[in-house]
Amino acid sequence: MPDTPLHLGVLLDGAGRHPAAWREPQARPTDLFTAGYWAELVAEAEQGLLDLVTLDDTLGLQSADAFALDPRTDQVRGRLDASMLAARIAPLTSHVGILPTVVVTHTEPFHVSTTIATLDYVSSGRGGVQVRVSGRAEEAQLFGRRTLPTDRDELLAELFDEAADAVEVIRRLWDSWEDDAIIRDAATGRFVDRERLHYIDFEGRHFSVRGPSITPRPPQGQPIVAALAHRAEPFALVGTSADLGFVTPRDTADARTTVGAIREAQAAAGREAETVHVWADLTVVLDDDASAARDRLARLDSVAAYTDDARVFAGSPAELADLMADLRTAGLSGFRLRPAVLPDDLRQVTRGLVPELQRRGQFRTGYEASTLRGLLGLPRPADRYATVVRDRAGSTR
Amino acid sequence: MSRRQMHLAAHFPGVNNTTVWSEPESGSQIEFSSFAHMARTAERAKFDFMFLAEGLRLREQNGAIYDLDVVGRPDNATILAAVAAVTEKLGLAATISSTFNEPYEVARRLASIDHLSGGRAAWNVVTSWDKFTGENFRRGGYLAQGDRYLRAKQFLDTVMTLLDSWRGDEIVADKATGEFLRDADAGRFDVHVDQFDIRGRFSVPRSPQGRPVVLQAGDSDEGREFAAASADAIFTRHGSLEAGQAFYADVKRRLAAYGRTEDQLKILPATTFALGDTQAEAEERGRQIRRQQVSGQTALRFLEQVWNRDLSHLDPDGPLPDIDPLVVDGDTPRVSQGRAADRMYRDPLATAREWRERAAANNLSIRDLMTEVTSRQSFVGTPSSVAEQMERFVEQRASDGFILVPHITPTGLDEFADKVVPILQERGSFRADYTGSTLRDHLGLAPLDARASV
Repeated sequence: MPDTPLHLGVLLDGAGRHPAAWREPQARPTDLFTAGYWAELVAEAEQGLLDLVTLDDTLGLQSADAFALDPRTDQVRGRLDASMLAARIAPLTSHVGILPTVVVTHTEPFHVSTTIATLDYVSSGRGGVQVRVSGRAEEAQLFGRRTLPTDRDELLAELFDEAADAVEVIRRLWDSWEDDAIIRDAATGRFVDRERLHYIDFEGRHFSVRGPSITPRPPQGQPIVAALAHRAEPFALVGTSADLGFVTPRDTADARTTVGAIREAQAAAGREAETVHVWADLTVVLDDDASAARDRLARLDSVAAYTDDARVFAGSPAELADLMADLRTAGLSGFRLRPAVLPDDLRQVTRGLVPELQRRGQFRTGYEASTLRGLLGLPRPADRYATVVRDRAGSTR
Repeated sequence: MSRRQMHLAAHFPGVNNTTVWSEPESGSQIEFSSFAHMARTAERAKFDFMFLAEGLRLREQNGAIYDLDVVGRPDNATILAAVAAVTEKLGLAATISSTFNEPYEVARRLASIDHLSGGRAAWNVVTSWDKFTGENFRRGGYLAQGDRYLRAKQFLDTVMTLLDSWRGDEIVADKATGEFLRDADAGRFDVHVDQFDIRGRFSVPRSPQGRPVVLQAGDSDEGREFAAASADAIFTRHGSLEAGQAFYADVKRRLAAYGRTEDQLKILPATTFALGDTQAEAEERGRQIRRQQVSGQTALRFLEQVWNRDLSHLDPDGPLPDIDPLVVDGDTPRVSQGRAADRMYRDPLATAREWRERAAANNLSIRDLMTEVTSRQSFVGTPSSVAEQMERFVEQRASDGFILVPHITPTGLDEFADKVVPILQERGSFRADYTGSTLRDHLGLAPLDARASV
């Protein structure tokens, strides 16, 4: 067992990951669009001392068809904007990290940057973002501004290249205000020291952005950037641009290969010295009695056919802890669990799995930091533009 | 209780010189605690809503970032979603540009805030066209000046089409039958206009208000017409009672052409205030605030915005310059960039002439003159005198209420809430408590019929 700390997050989406989740007895499908529903789930995650929650999102309406809208009426349809939801929940919690999913293919990087910086302010340093690309034609039609390549390889290359540019712009904007830019110097009448505000002057293939941000540097300096990665292009995005990659290994050997690919991309980007977390995603159906969990999954599957990009685990919290221990040997630093049913499987994580991991001495027994970077063992980074030591006499506060 | 009821809103102090940052009690303009404080004060005082302005590029003057005023603010929609967590009734109004956003995303954000606040969202639709701000955006700088109201109108209409694409009765969520949606086509929309060519299904089900309350701030003829056609409230700058009455009559008169009644559009001028135990004390305080708001340096920068020249060599306590303003066409970058007011003085030469005459007649320095010409509507006096002045505006049809602009962040509204509001409530001109739960309820706007509006 590696003695580095184990990290845990959960992915929250609708009534749960399984399409039949909304029909379970504890499910509250009519509350999906209320703040109270989400507040309870995130409070539960915080009770379980989890590092973070991610709030899933897409721009378009959910669809069981990967390439088009579907006419189904038997599954959850409709969702709230994850960034708005994250901000709504943030003031009600005090330790858990909150990452909305944002589609950078269509949303302006300037808006993403100020939105996540603001989330970091309203959460006092617990903000981050899971960036996602969208290659779906019907999502492009919601904006009507671009035609995406039809060749799949060309499409993925363009989308992830653009996503890397978007993250670069987002990060530069976060740094475009040095931490001490606001001086409130009554003697000279200056509120800010404009020498400590920076144009980012990003010029890329897809867009150019001048800066500086309208929002001062957020509490964490750089909020957490995460991405889900299944293949070479997103592995490279995680290696060059992210603090945290979510991967979907079938088994430990597969996990080892994936972690290796990300480490290679990380080295190629000159980031060997930085911590880049790689966590495995697992969809979970849990019960104290392992066979009851497997029966429940079978029952859910009989209601709605279901496949996931992540491995689906049904069993007891102790069995899951064993599986996680094995997977960790591949170099993973944590897991993002996708509860199949909400709130049932989230409670199994916080009240079953977490105590089990604590008994094994593998998980925290209290929050050790007040920021998400702190929980992830990442230092608050220096501002990339604050390279010169200036005479700072004259500032009053 | 026959007094005409007024509506009150709080403008979170922004990045203009009206926000005094040098006082000891001046707090952060960016920490969440500041927004929470002002929102709670406004809610305690039963205000209709809190309002946030927007600017998507830091202002510049003479080629450098403008540093004399408060600089830096959060993303509006995000901060208001968070404020919804610490308030229960207060309306939440975000200014969001129709130029540097897309309707689908704005509709998602507004509908989401409306869900997450239980029906308290409002949207101040603004237009901008400047290339300067556009440099921060991938699709920036593409809008011709003449197209900005066309885009704003089509943007607003498109957002409403998206919001109306769910009627509100589609979600059944019947666990027994397995029917989640009643309608396999819920959220379907198709918009083909000059500015937008979009289609698909909108992803957010109908929110409590259906549509957010729409605010509008333009004052041009086009702006007034836009408001008469589409807005629920206007944010104006018309100061005096007479100017306010003229504006009020003009805008309300335009409503009939759109099949709307006078009570469907509220007119809310921005106003500042200065309170004291005596009239003399309040006036002295008002003067003191104005001195803080218009420093010598600030006065020169204001003058430069009209003159369109670097005037930093002038003495602010001296006379106006002899040289005339530099007049340029609309596409030429000006000395000042990133301010809505940059293009307000449509005839700078006439303005200069008028100001010279005024300064000469009253023996005013640059700073004196700038203090006078940049002053907004302000109520100055004892709490009961201010209450009476406000009531006069409302009873004499110069406004339907006010958007108060405190000069201190975040405590600037506290004194008004504690001293003036109880008097207004006692006199019966302002609500003693909220009677509804949505912002439309607070503003006396009838609930929308989803089916009728499709």
